[in-house]
Amino acid sequence: MPEIRGEWPLYEVFVRSKRGLNHVHVGSLHAPDDAMALRHARDVYTRRNEGVSIWVVRSSAITASSPDEKEPFFAPSGDKVYRHPTFYDIPRDVPHL
Amino acid sequence: MPDSVVAEEEILRQSFDRVIARQERVEPRDWMPEEYRRTLIRQIAQHAHSEIIGMQPEGNWITRAPSLRRKAILLAKVQDEAGHGLYLYSASETLGVSREELTRLLLSGKQKYSSIFNYPTLTYADVGAIGWLVDGAAICNQVPLCRTSYGPYGRAMIRICKEESFHQRQGYELLMTMMRGTDEQRAMVQDAVDRFWWPSLMMFGPPDTDSPHSAQSMAWGIKRHSNDELRQRFVDMTVPQAQALGVTLPDPALRWNEQRGHYDFGEPDWDEFRAVVSGDGPCNAQRLAHRQRAYDDGAWVREAALAFARREAGDEEGTPDA
Repeated sequence: MPEIRGEWPLYEVFVRSKRGLNHVHVGSLHAPDDAMALRHARDVYTRRNEGVSIWVVRSSAITASSPDEKEPFFAPSGDKVYRHPTFYDIPRDVPHL
Repeated sequence: MPDSVVAEEEILRQSFDRVIARQERVEPRDWMPEEYRRTLIRQIAQHAHSEIIGMQPEGNWITRAPSLRRKAILLAKVQDEAGHGLYLYSASETLGVSREELTRLLLSGKQKYSSIFNYPTLTYADVGAIGWLVDGAAICNQVPLCRTSYGPYGRAMIRICKEESFHQRQGYELLMTMMRGTDEQRAMVQDAVDRFWWPSLMMFGPPDTDSPHSAQSMAWGIKRHSNDELRQRFVDMTVPQAQALGVTLPDPALRWNEQRGHYDFGEPDWDEFRAVVSGDGPCNAQRLAHRQRAYDDGAWVREAALAFARREAGDEEGTPDA
């Protein structure tokens, strides 16, 4: 819960630019509560019809993977070349494959 | 420091250097050299402050715009500048500095903003001259920054550049309209151009020979071009626009150089530049006093909104307010 004094909490803003597309992170802003965060997000990030839908979420509520090189978090996918279609040799004259 | 910590930092530094060498982007939670972080905070904050202080010279004319059309345009432009300031504050906060701290550094004069906003706007033609020349210079500076090495800064610059083009075009169109008017209006345009030309050239910062941070900023990919390169680019772009508009740029040394393939131009008054940067420009005190007043006058709103949020959150949980 925010303190009476001090800064408004930080929110991350995600905008869906048009129907059929994902929400994309566009930046952050400070707001006293969720409702005001949405209004501020509209004013700051969609002044030129950049969005049809906005998500705001407290930055403190986000759990992120560590960027640290020492943690081989993404290593499991690095050596599995057989997950890609180019791994397989198919004769050129076989159609639609 | 134990050897293991030193070795660990060396690995992190090598990984950072690789990202820079490959022209990839550095992201907020990556390890970065302290000096890289400090340089970015200084540059992005100065840029953010410029947008926020930059609302004042033009805001000065909103209530006196000559038509509803011009008023709507000017309002939208000044609102954009607030937005640009917010994108940039948001980018600098990813480097671990708080908004409160940045505001404090601006108001105490410890962080700077662009010297151009310390010049007064005396007539409505100044609104046009700012759009054309000041925003034009800003675009020259900002387009290469879209590829800056720090991810959040580059992304903020992409948003800003998209919007900045409207700013420059409305300014030029405003001046064109006045040039089609009376002799008096044409004289106002020329006067505005005379006053804003040299300060616009100063926006690119001191000459390369006198720009202490430039080399390191270029090596880190924070800056992509030197001050003098960008200044030349701006002059080359602007001279034909001045000719089309029918105004004279106030520089007797300005002429096309066939050999170089660029315009030669005179030296800005760097003593004036240094004086304005260090606080002795025509409007420095006024700009900061206005910002301080706006900050103080808004304090009760910030506090009331937090108090309301706290009470609402308490209500939702069904607990009585403390």
